[in-house]
Amino acid sequence: MPPMRRNMSPVRKPKDTKKTILRILKYMSKYKLHIVFVLIGIIFSSIATIAGNYLLKPIINNLTTNSDIKEILKPISMMVVFYSLGVIGNYLYARLMLKISTGTLLKIRTDLFKNMEKLPIKHFDTHTHGELMSRFTSDIDTLREMLSNGIPNLFSSSITIVGVFFAMLFLSPILTSLIILMLFVMLFVIKTIGKKSAIYFKEQQKNNGILNGYVEEMTEGIKVVKIFNRENEVIDKFETLNENLCKSATNANICANILMPIMGNLSYMNYAITAGVGGFLVINKMLDIGTIASFLQYTRSFSQPITQISQQFNSILNALAGAERIFEMIDTEKEVDEGNVTLVYAKETNGILEESKTHTGTWAWKVPTQDSFKLVKLLGDVRFNNVTFGYNDDKIVLKNVSLYAKPGQKIAFVGSTGAGKTTITNLLNRFYDIKDGEITYDGIDIKQIKKDALRASLSMVLQDTHLFTGTVRDNIRYGKLDATDEEVENAARLANAHSFIMHLPDGYDTLLTADGSNLSQGQRQLIAIARAAVANPPVLILDEATSSIDTRTEKLIEKGMNTLMKGRTVFVIAHRLSTVRNSDAIMVLENGEIIERGDHDELLKQQGKYYKLYTGMFELS
Amino acid sequence: MRKIFGYVGKYKIYAILTPITVALEVLLEILIPFFMANIIDIGVKNGDMVYIAKTGGIMIAMALLALFFGAISGKYSAVASAGLAKNLRSALFKKMQSFSFSNINNFNTASLITRLTTDIASTQHAFMMIIRMLVRSPVMLIGATYMAIKINATLAIIFLIAIPVLGISLMTIAIKAYPRFGVMLKKYDKMNLAIQENLIAIRVVKSFVRGKYEEEKFEFSADDVRKAQVRAEKLIILNNPIMQIVMYTCMICISYFGANMIIAGNMHQGQLMSFISYVTQILTSLMMISMASVMLVMSRASITRINEVLDEEIDIKDDNASENNDVKDGSIEFENVNFSYKKGKNLVLKDINLKINHGETVAIIGGTGSAKTTLVQLIPRLYDADCGSIKIGGIDVKDYKKETLRKNVSMVLQKNVLFSGTILENLKWGDKNATEEEIISVCKDAQAHDFITSFPDGYNTMLGQGGVNVSGGQKQRLCIARALLKKPKILILDDSTSAVDTETDKKIRTAFKKNKDITVIIIAQRISSVIDADKIIVLDDGKINAVGTHETLLSENEIYQEIYSLQNNQV
Repeated sequence: MPPMRRNMSPVRKPKDTKKTILRILKYMSKYKLHIVFVLIGIIFSSIATIAGNYLLKPIINNLTTNSDIKEILKPISMMVVFYSLGVIGNYLYARLMLKISTGTLLKIRTDLFKNMEKLPIKHFDTHTHGELMSRFTSDIDTLREMLSNGIPNLFSSSITIVGVFFAMLFLSPILTSLIILMLFVMLFVIKTIGKKSAIYFKEQQKNNGILNGYVEEMTEGIKVVKIFNRENEVIDKFETLNENLCKSATNANICANILMPIMGNLSYMNYAITAGVGGFLVINKMLDIGTIASFLQYTRSFSQPITQISQQFNSILNALAGAERIFEMIDTEKEVDEGNVTLVYAKETNGILEESKTHTGTWAWKVPTQDSFKLVKLLGDVRFNNVTFGYNDDKIVLKNVSLYAKPGQKIAFVGSTGAGKTTITNLLNRFYDIKDGEITYDGIDIKQIKKDALRASLSMVLQDTHLFTGTVRDNIRYGKLDATDEEVENAARLANAHSFIMHLPDGYDTLLTADGSNLSQGQRQLIAIARAAVANPPVLILDEATSSIDTRTEKLIEKGMNTLMKGRTVFVIAHRLSTVRNSDAIMVLENGEIIERGDHDELLKQQGKYYKLYTGMFELS
Repeated sequence: MRKIFGYVGKYKIYAILTPITVALEVLLEILIPFFMANIIDIGVKNGDMVYIAKTGGIMIAMALLALFFGAISGKYSAVASAGLAKNLRSALFKKMQSFSFSNINNFNTASLITRLTTDIASTQHAFMMIIRMLVRSPVMLIGATYMAIKINATLAIIFLIAIPVLGISLMTIAIKAYPRFGVMLKKYDKMNLAIQENLIAIRVVKSFVRGKYEEEKFEFSADDVRKAQVRAEKLIILNNPIMQIVMYTCMICISYFGANMIIAGNMHQGQLMSFISYVTQILTSLMMISMASVMLVMSRASITRINEVLDEEIDIKDDNASENNDVKDGSIEFENVNFSYKKGKNLVLKDINLKINHGETVAIIGGTGSAKTTLVQLIPRLYDADCGSIKIGGIDVKDYKKETLRKNVSMVLQKNVLFSGTILENLKWGDKNATEEEIISVCKDAQAHDFITSFPDGYNTMLGQGGVNVSGGQKQRLCIARALLKKPKILILDDSTSAVDTETDKKIRTAFKKNKDITVIIIAQRISSVIDADKIIVLDDGKINAVGTHETLLSENEIYQEIYSLQNNQV
């Protein structure tokens, strides 16, 4: 039994069952031949049970004292044949199903991941990580359970029920009618308990959610709880929630627990009735003993698949609903990329640009023209012309923004949270598309540039530094996958990260875990700066890149930062004004508009917002 | 495991009744085929209708009784296991509430939450398995074997061979498969971690154009998971065929040898039929035992994790505390204090000697990692010093009850937390009996009153979890107000005004100044926040570098000068 998390969520019904099933089948189409063999295997295995029990009849009937053992050798040898086929069929289908289910899941999982990587940033803004993550975990898990157990079980149970039913009917219609009567009782029990169970499970789920939320909040805030001596109050509230959960969990589990014994014993009831009524019939010469023997076995193997189907049914519906969500995510519209300008290495001889296969340190835009293409040297000239943008149609974040950055200039953005600073950089690398206006890069409208090429020409250091599980070296190398060790170390030196890295237990080979949590926030920012440095792009975007580095350390890396920024177009966003002071131009943003622009000295002279910020008379929120 | 199950507490009676009712149910189930044999061998043989009716009636009654016991056992086991889960959760949560800061640091919050949720759920499940399945199956196995022997001891020899063969095969599979599942789960977690990282860092992935690279990496790791899964599960799927082989072999042997015995007159037809019923009962119970044991082994990891929390030794206790000690005033004295987060390793604070008088305003300044936060955390005894003593109001902090101490020392943490609820409810954490005037007064001091009243719902504005719907600066001011409401003798602000503008920051400090009865300790990055303090402490690398006023430090202390010039040049 695979150790998977038990999914106790209430049943969520799929919207379009047929479509979802077809889609899953499509993923399995590679295994057509396998599936045929699986079906054959299941049929063999079911027939073996049915036939084996049936053969008890001739065996028992031919047995009276002094009869010949030879009489029963034939049915016994037939039993051997059927049972052998059954075992082979069973193994065959289980082994093939394992291959099919894992293979299908791999395909679905990879598709899901691939599509996730291509989703527009907007999708990540509107969906929580937990929600997206649950596609990969709980939804895939229930799907897996359905593919490897649910569906084969459903199939084999159905075949067994039908087969057993006909065998019984053939053996004795009278006894069969009694069994059918009991079948109605069973179905009634399943329905009644199922209904109650659905209600209780929902309630349990709800209480569980409330309790978990409370636990989460109090655990996150446990230090505050202690400082305020609130332990007892917190415990009291917890006890109430805990009591509620216990009540609903008890009810839900009672429903789940009593189903099996009730069904099992109802089938013993069948057994008893069959034995009793069968006995009467034999005495009245309406039946032989062998038939009773077979029939008794059938009563047991009839109720088991019924219980199984009733238990599987909900989980199959659940899995289909999960599959539907998975497919929905796969079908979510990907980032569109209509650009056709690419980025190439270039060589410049006598002022004429030529494409180069090797790394030259010079890049050029390859712009297709009508019949050929032309090369435009990548310089880092960025212009915004009357750009208007809103994350939603009803709320404009940037209004008519125009600005330019000449190659090698350092442009800074200052303003409150929500003023639109980060938005400007997000538009430049086309995480979002502008509503109105135009952004050009070396004279080319960025909409014409392939997104990959555009982003490769920009390097970003973000406020929330995200590192990946792996060594420090791997993390820096993320900026340029084929960087040599020397390049990596030089980049680290530039960011002033080299010395602390050398102090880590394994230096550059130190393993960073869980988003680099074994480093301080400041150290992580330094690694992120090194990562951007190794990429060596012509345009650099620093979004609060040094916010977690204290002023003394910032001073230390200033030299490195200056080297890094030299010769590049740089966009800087910073809360701390010391960081932006020496920019070529500072833009003060408010409510999506540039309200002041100029260099540090000019802005101070204006005695406007910047002046107020600088002298501490105003708070940036 | 035994220790954990002790937490069943008042639900013990149900935990005991469950196996008893299960056993009764099983015994009845075992007896039913025996009576069936009598119907055939006595009733039918003698043509005795009355006997058949009587025995049939008994069988139906037994099935009904078994149904009753089965349902009862299902109910009791649900009550017992949900009760155990409740008690365990409660014990775990209480234990966590008694944790000291260093205890908390030993576990991260995410892992504590997992222990309280997933791990408890799987323990609950395991407990249910034990009191139901692990009683049911062995009783069934023994009972059915006994009946088989009673009917025909010679024929029962077949079981003597079949049971060990099946038992050993199933166990071997389980033992071999277990580590393989471990490997699979590890790879599975690794893959999920990669997905999560990609979700969180999607902007990094996209801006470095690493989509393809990540896809390749993912495909590789997803395929790794698939391989590991196949490797583990291909053993498990052997269970069914092996079970069938043994069961079918038994049926065939019993049919053959049984037939011979009947011909020889040593056995009756009905007996053979009941024998065949016992084959199914015996072998399925073996299968159940093996499945249940595998699940139990797997739940062991959860139980271990729960035990880790329950066994964690609380390192800050009230052993020395005296009930009568009350904090007289806000004077603080550090004497030769050393401190390390892991005892004896890497001293974070070295040889701290410090005297702060009642009512003083003291600022602490220093670079990242200079242990400013660590220093102040020793005052409300969030951690204990390695050596040396810390006295408040002339009495060692260890001699106060924690509750008394923390009632008098209010601290605003660097990582502020507000809870879901109204602003008023959050403020009342400081003092649940506070009057409206008191609350408004502290909010005015913390410069929070104005923005609170600017909200449509004023003090009754709902805050989301973590206070998400107020800005950083507003959150900090609410936290200060909450701390002030405690009317502490000592107030510690750990970089608590970093998101507040300098002007408001100044107003807050002025408000403190007018209250002479409170000692205020401020940790700050900005020189402007510390400039008018009575005392400024410069910390460097866990040592006190200098103590003085702004003027004396500016003329004498190198570090202070450096910070000052950096900030004054640029901001």
